[in-house]
Amino acid sequence: MSAVVRRNGAGAWRERSVIPGFGLSFGIIVTALSLVVLIPLAALVLKAASAGPEDIWALATSRRVLSALRVSFGVALLAAAINVVFGLIIAWVLVRYDFPGRRLVDAAVDLPFALPTAVAGIALAALYAPNGWIGAPLAQLGIKVGYTPAGILMALIFIGLPFVVRTVQPVLAEMEAELEEAAALLGASRWKTLTSVVLPPVLPAVLTGFTLAFARAVGEYGSVIFIAGNIPMVSEIAPLLIFIRLEQFDYAGAAVIGVLMLLLSFILILGLNLLQAALRRRLGHV
Amino acid sequence: MSDANLAAIEMPEARIARRDGAAARIVLVTLALGFLALFLALPLAIVFIEAFARGWQAYRNGLADPDALAAIWLTLVVAAIAVPVNVVVGIAGAWAIAKHEFRGKSLLVSLVDLPFSVSPVIAGLVFVLLFGAQGYFGPVLASYGVEIIFALPGIVLATLFVTFPFIARELIPHMQALGNAEEETALTLGASGWRTFCMVTLPNIKWSLLYGVLLCNARAMGEFGAVAVVSGKIRGLTTTMPLHVEILYNEYMSVAAFAVASLLALLALVTLAAKSFLEWRHADEIAASRRH
Repeated sequence: MSAVVRRNGAGAWRERSVIPGFGLSFGIIVTALSLVVLIPLAALVLKAASAGPEDIWALATSRRVLSALRVSFGVALLAAAINVVFGLIIAWVLVRYDFPGRRLVDAAVDLPFALPTAVAGIALAALYAPNGWIGAPLAQLGIKVGYTPAGILMALIFIGLPFVVRTVQPVLAEMEAELEEAAALLGASRWKTLTSVVLPPVLPAVLTGFTLAFARAVGEYGSVIFIAGNIPMVSEIAPLLIFIRLEQFDYAGAAVIGVLMLLLSFILILGLNLLQAALRRRLGHV
Repeated sequence: MSDANLAAIEMPEARIARRDGAAARIVLVTLALGFLALFLALPLAIVFIEAFARGWQAYRNGLADPDALAAIWLTLVVAAIAVPVNVVVGIAGAWAIAKHEFRGKSLLVSLVDLPFSVSPVIAGLVFVLLFGAQGYFGPVLASYGVEIIFALPGIVLATLFVTFPFIARELIPHMQALGNAEEETALTLGASGWRTFCMVTLPNIKWSLLYGVLLCNARAMGEFGAVAVVSGKIRGLTTTMPLHVEILYNEYMSVAAFAVASLLALLALVTLAAKSFLEWRHADEIAASRRH
């Protein structure tokens, strides 16, 4: 910290600094944040509240809304869990092994960040529809993926794929070799070394990746609607329900579902972050 | 003891112990590559296969359609507004957050990141609630003849919402890692604040800024959910490329839909290539961004 730091008067909320431009830059970011994000979100809460407690309760407990929330949150959690397993394997392979094309594979992992969701959506639909490239052979075996919740799962796995890889990869890369070697020299089996020496320090990063993948997947719309079939009570996601309410000019209803989604996901994300912090403390990280 | 000495006494058994068995390696590499082939390579390949399913001429017809051209133009216009606004706001945010100490800083950082955990459909919904026909400001705006929803301003606002964190998020960790020493030196030597920013800060952060611009642009051009809510999907007028893809797909115009989609897929590939180049060439300057 620089020596010129001084408190500017009683109750100062910022430390004086020789770096200029605080007023201007702070003004720009707070104004833009308020106009683009905060005031619009406040309007959402206000509109939802205007519905009145009875209507809100009736809507929140209606079978169609509950079913859509269950589908959105359930499939997003499952997709994030599958991404944890394969994300760990992919990160491990990219960090520990050398094989031809490793660099290309490493770069390709970020494709879901760059590919527009609508493109992913129609591509997955072309693959998994009952007459699609993979859907048709699966249909012969009696397995339906497209236009079922399994189709939603495919889309959400795609959308969340990079998160676990990208949070775990740097932790694995920076891991010190000595502990692992010591464990092996002391007679631990490879499996024992992996589960008691390698895995524990990676866990907080895994949880971060899980949380990010879940947060992204739970609100996902573009890649899902093409492959979900959107059958009410079966494969209808909560964001689609908001869309349908809006098309019926039921603004308050749309806002109530929106607030419900935000509340549920913030509670889950907060819980996951607390769990992650507890894990870090137990492992002796900062 | 130096690293060289350590390496000299490193026991061969230890190095072997850190390696997985041949069978495990083969299984893990196969699992990883198989998963990526199924979820990344195959969908990407399908886009181009379906786009060219009826040959080059049909592909060209799909793209030469006036509505497709209008959608491409609208997408470029939206990105040309949203990305520069995000550059200014992102740099301002990073300057305030990384270079100054103030109370409530972590709250501000969380609020800047907030759009990442809001569903795109909700990002569109909030602007309909404000400016839609039955929204809070809808009637007032209508009486003055100002159109926001089902028009360009609404599309830009929804795009700004979903892309809000991208640039600030790349710049903040990088500027924090750089510290204030160079700026303080320039200021002590008599440079003005603006000159210090242009001659010292900007050159230091240019690669992470470019990295943020790439990701921001990809999202701005590819956004679907938020834009779908506010656009009204008036063909040739308020349809961006992703919305045009949806309309064509729902009309069973598969080749045309995938032709437009292939342009977006190309954009994604160019973005990835440029991003990988930056990560490889300027790894140090954008190291912070690897901690997504």
